[in-house]
Amino acid sequence: MALDIKNLKYEPVIGLEAHVELCTRTKMFCGCRLSFGEDKNIYTCPVCLGHPGSLPVINRKAVQYAIKIALALNCKIQDYTIFHRKNYFYPDMPKNYQISQYDLPLGVKGHLDVDMGDYTRRVGITRVHMEEDTGKLLHTGTTGRISESEASIVDFNRAGTPLIEVVTEPDIRSPEEAREYMIALRNLILFLDVSNCSMEEGSLRCDANVSVRKKGKEKIGTKTEIKNLNSFKFLQKGLEYEVERQIKLLESGSKVIQQTRHYDSKTAITKVLRSKEEAHDYRYFPEPDLVPIYMESKMVEDIKKTIPELPATKAKRFEKQYGLSIYDSNFLSNDRDLADYFEKCCSCYGNAKNIANWMMGDFSALLNKEKITIKESRVTPENLCRMLEIIDGGKINSKMAKSVFEEMFAAGKDPGKIIEERGLEQIADKSMLEAVIEEVLRDNPGPVEQFRQGKEKALSFLIGKVMAKTKGKANPRMVNEIITKKLS
Amino acid sequence: MERISKDDVKHVAKLAELEFDEKDVDKITTQLDRILDHVANISKVDTEGIPPTSHVMDVKNVFREDEVKESVTQEDALKNAPDMENQGFKVPKID
Amino acid sequence: MEIHYLTAHELKDRLKKRELSCAEIAGSIYSRIDEVENKLNSYIRLDKEHALSGAGEIDKLISSNAIEISDFTGIPVAIKDNMCTKNITTTCASRILENYVPIYNATVIDRLESRNYILAGKANMDEFAMGSSNENSYFGPTKNPWNTGRVPGGSSGGPAASVASGEAICSLGSDTGGSIRQPASLCGIVGFKPTYGRVSRYGLVAFASSLDQIGPLTRDVDDCAAMLNVICGCDGNDSTSIDTAVPDFKSFLAEDMKGMKIGIVKELMAEGIDREVREAVQMTIKMAEEAGGKVEEVSIPSLEYALDVYYIIAPSEASSNLSRFDGVRYGHRNMQARTLREMYQRTRAEGFGEEVKRRIMIGTYCLSAGYYDAYYEKAQRVRTLIINDFKKAFGKFDVLISPTSPTTAFKIGEKIEDPLTMYMSDICTIPVNLAGLPAISIPAGLSADKLPIGLQIIGDILREDNVLKAASSLEKAIGFKDKPGI
Repeated sequence: MALDIKNLKYEPVIGLEAHVELCTRTKMFCGCRLSFGEDKNIYTCPVCLGHPGSLPVINRKAVQYAIKIALALNCKIQDYTIFHRKNYFYPDMPKNYQISQYDLPLGVKGHLDVDMGDYTRRVGITRVHMEEDTGKLLHTGTTGRISESEASIVDFNRAGTPLIEVVTEPDIRSPEEAREYMIALRNLILFLDVSNCSMEEGSLRCDANVSVRKKGKEKIGTKTEIKNLNSFKFLQKGLEYEVERQIKLLESGSKVIQQTRHYDSKTAITKVLRSKEEAHDYRYFPEPDLVPIYMESKMVEDIKKTIPELPATKAKRFEKQYGLSIYDSNFLSNDRDLADYFEKCCSCYGNAKNIANWMMGDFSALLNKEKITIKESRVTPENLCRMLEIIDGGKINSKMAKSVFEEMFAAGKDPGKIIEERGLEQIADKSMLEAVIEEVLRDNPGPVEQFRQGKEKALSFLIGKVMAKTKGKANPRMVNEIITKKLS
Repeated sequence: MERISKDDVKHVAKLAELEFDEKDVDKITTQLDRILDHVANISKVDTEGIPPTSHVMDVKNVFREDEVKESVTQEDALKNAPDMENQGFKVPKID
Repeated sequence: MEIHYLTAHELKDRLKKRELSCAEIAGSIYSRIDEVENKLNSYIRLDKEHALSGAGEIDKLISSNAIEISDFTGIPVAIKDNMCTKNITTTCASRILENYVPIYNATVIDRLESRNYILAGKANMDEFAMGSSNENSYFGPTKNPWNTGRVPGGSSGGPAASVASGEAICSLGSDTGGSIRQPASLCGIVGFKPTYGRVSRYGLVAFASSLDQIGPLTRDVDDCAAMLNVICGCDGNDSTSIDTAVPDFKSFLAEDMKGMKIGIVKELMAEGIDREVREAVQMTIKMAEEAGGKVEEVSIPSLEYALDVYYIIAPSEASSNLSRFDGVRYGHRNMQARTLREMYQRTRAEGFGEEVKRRIMIGTYCLSAGYYDAYYEKAQRVRTLIINDFKKAFGKFDVLISPTSPTTAFKIGEKIEDPLTMYMSDICTIPVNLAGLPAISIPAGLSADKLPIGLQIIGDILREDNVLKAASSLEKAIGFKDKPGI
């Protein structure tokens, strides 16, 4: 059951740390390919295995992608940025330090506006920084859980993948807002074409800092950090659980203890991972193996030029240019592929509202059902437009169109061809229709009489009969016209 | 002046993942205390307005292009592994 | 003179005249090794078969005109065992890397291979280059060829002893706080630390990244310049390597030092420096003046803090650099441990020697929460002051001169129980690393008890030319020809 935030005395204060894996060709600090779940330890080298004597060299593209993200999040790009070493021992870290950024991150002080339907939440972006990903741990044993495992296996294929961390201000006020923020962040980054941003595949990950406070109070309460919120759903569920847990603690007179907690999606609860006392001392210091980056304004300007129109701007343009509602504009502009598809359709068919209705209605329903994206669908914008033209021309009715579209979706066929093959074309030939109608009027004197006496219902009955006789191919509008004319 | 206590030494050892027995803790506490006391001399230096130096040479903006370099073979990657299983590096139970 | 005591350029001449073959050179070096290695322990790993067959191959290539004889073609070079040699064990003189077989070559090794050099062997050193006496080797201390009861210096004790004793023609060492120059001084040979960033560090197992630099140990300044020609140059695998033109270092060798302005570092000629050492340096100052140099005293006040700064920065960086030795991917592991943390702690406790652990502890402490500002960051600020002081000095002088080591070779065991006293051995060399400067140590004579004394010549950033010019002309003036008694 979703938490009814509005009716609580307390207000959640949430900040999120998102990790985004970049889709460069090679790793952050070495020339190894990025891996996608192949055989273990095949994309490694002395650098990403942390062999003695190896040294990191920064991937230029990764920096460019990071700047792109920071700019899209309205961040200030710092003139001078350096890497730090974050020291802690863990077997998935080849050097037992992670090359990350500390007090001089690449981008600071940005924001992302999150559309919550009836209001917009502006979430401040504290910082955007670059770092390297760790390897992957596989825990032996049947459950695959670390606590029940006798040993672990390390695979370093992922080690060194370029990672961007996006940290928000504690501006988020509900688990739902947190979820919407992450969706908005994903959509934005997808627009930039710098990451696959898939929570399922782990290329987008998220930790949360959560506290609660009495409504109207300024002071932020003691926070906990929640890890393993690895889907949009779990993010919301995990936060709902945690907020409720903290409120219950406060209500019962206890205190929230500062700690790191782990969200278990199976039981839908958060559990203590480590307390503040056990918190890591990361011993950050400037990475001596890497030299500073001075952001030349030309470099930043060039990157700025590669940023496409972003969702918020696009939505406003759709509203104005195509006369769509705010809701429709937002829907279509949040997803880059959807927006591109929509605009392609608009270039070959004039009624944008019609396109939007189809894309948001039947088309979206089928995409959701099949769990594919519009890019993967077999319906080309040209075919969708052709279908809309055929409907407009009265050749098929909307009910028939639905079934034609299903076949277009399933088989990728041209709508004209489907109509022809299935003999679906509406009978719009007036003389043919008149002959059928004559027959129906002759066979149904009762309803004819009733209609003449003013009973509208009788007309529907007669139209229905005509439709049945033509196996649904008659154009109902024309049938209506002809009958009305004949009987008046 | 005592700069570092035995407890500090134990804490630092934990951070550094080093193990010392009690006898060694005593010895290293004394040595560290002497060394730290000596190096703490620098606290006397006035460094107001002096920036820290991380790199002596004025090198900046060194990048590599995003071009694939052949990785080492899986066999080479695992060649030095003290313990392995299923082409992965095996480590004992994580605690 | 015996083949094993010739210089690389002398051998090159003979190879060119076909008076000698590479196989003969390698053979001579290996008979010398057979003769003295059990007394010196200069090497951690030797592969006679490989060296001799390699030399034979090069002879074939030469006689078939497939390759030209260039500097170091067919020359047996000892490599300090902290430089990665592909498929050849590289231990850093540590138990933790006892069986580590690198999967790649250090850049300097690739460069030497392109000259068809011969790997004489992997030379002994202080564990992870931490030490000034070579006593911190897991594989036992190296002895000084001039007196086997004395230390050869460190951490490049093996590279120095092997070259001094004829077990190699020259060698590569690494210098973080004096680790090339101090052993060169104590063993009576030439040792050079180039400007930070001149030589790629790729494949050099890191001790303190912002201070480490590879350099040659040779019998004379000529060989030193020739080796710099081979190893210097920008490397795409090392972001800190400098992208600047590499001159022909041999072109800087000079007969005299006319017009050169030489500063004698006052703080490094004070008490605490052995009288004999000071006198030897005074002698060279006279020679410098005779050779046309203008000599003056110069004060670098911030040197007072150099040792302290170094013993914060170097251990701090080391504590992080050495974190990777954890028993997961390579190297020693304690196989009895049942949990990860137990494995880490026991592996590292067993794998590292006392000095390495001590420095990891100091460094971890200096970086830890609450101490970073007072130690590490403060040290980096004082480092700036030292750099500024040197800058000021080089505004007036072309080179600075000092002893390389405050003493001649000390007795094995003399300082090992007292880390602070041991650290003092590097008082003259450490400031140079902190400022990233190039510096050489050349032999300046022998003490009364027949131990070598070294002279340090320091140049400004990227001014190896001045250092080599001064060194080559003083080398001629000093005329040091002695060989150790071993």
